[in-house]
Amino acid sequence: MLVSVYRYNPEIDDAPYMQDVHIDIPGGKDIMVLDLLQLLKDKDSTLAYRRSCREGVCGSDGMNMNGKNGLACITPLSEVVENDKLVLRPLPGLPVIRDLVIDMTQFYKQYEKIKPFLINDTPAPAIERLQSPEERAELDGLYECILCACCSTACPSFWWNPDKFVGPSGLLQAYRFLADSRDTATNERLAELDDPFSVFRCHGIMNCVNVCPKGLNPTKAIGKIRNMLIQQAT
Amino acid sequence: MVTSITSFGRSGLYDWMMQRVTALVLATYTIFMIGYLLFNPDLSYEQWKDLFSGTGMRIYTLLAILSLVAHAWIGMWSVSTDYIKQAGARFVFQSVCGLLAFIYVVWGIQILWGI
Repeated sequence: MLVSVYRYNPEIDDAPYMQDVHIDIPGGKDIMVLDLLQLLKDKDSTLAYRRSCREGVCGSDGMNMNGKNGLACITPLSEVVENDKLVLRPLPGLPVIRDLVIDMTQFYKQYEKIKPFLINDTPAPAIERLQSPEERAELDGLYECILCACCSTACPSFWWNPDKFVGPSGLLQAYRFLADSRDTATNERLAELDDPFSVFRCHGIMNCVNVCPKGLNPTKAIGKIRNMLIQQAT
Repeated sequence: MVTSITSFGRSGLYDWMMQRVTALVLATYTIFMIGYLLFNPDLSYEQWKDLFSGTGMRIYTLLAILSLVAHAWIGMWSVSTDYIKQAGARFVFQSVCGLLAFIYVVWGIQILWGI
């Protein structure tokens, strides 16, 4: 099959280019895209990409495969290859460090902005802060986010304003703490989000939902944040 | 919190709410106008003039004009902050949009009360 990989080494290349490589899949098996990248790396060791757990848990190998963001390690070739061709590009919208490796600083800055930790000013109980099973269930579909950035880099609003719009990933996390019964900073958190960019740059096109490798729904979480803001302000 | 001084109401929630409220006004006005034109296929100038001579219709039309202007401002402001990266050019674009909106309001009032 033909693999077209985005290559860019700023120390050598003047501009990024696409490198076409013909590759035979051993045994014709339906391997994961990450395995294919290893085959490519065996041929050309200068190819750079991030990877770690190789099972969709660490979120390191987010990339754009035939136009759709996803994790290379849990995406089988049969899911993305079209006409025996696969185009691999880095996640769109963030600066490229080298080949498929992107600079995620902007993404993490937005994550930092939403204060991704429990805030509770009440005196700590002797053992732990308890939650009822129902309160705990509120966090399902939120806590599973692995910060792979597939969603935020699929979002045009994040492409145009990565410094101002929190992005689907950050907002999913923001709601994770707004929805937590143990967190007491709800009003402060909401006050931080009520500007024309942080939340409201989301126009609900659901690209984030379409690509999330964990099957999460940031658009729904954003809707819930908006409802909380409305409840508070009307 | 991202600071913004050129958006419609400073608050994202306020802009969001205004965008929806004005959309409702515009939707009802559009449906009313289409309905009126469909039910009056042989519309004469006198009939058209009578329609807009009533205070109720003038208030409704002015509300629709103001809604259109507010709706357009929020929309164009979003477009400009997405696509025009250079602050000076963005401000010029926004100023032109604001000026046009103001002209349309004054012009609209003049037409409505000049019948």
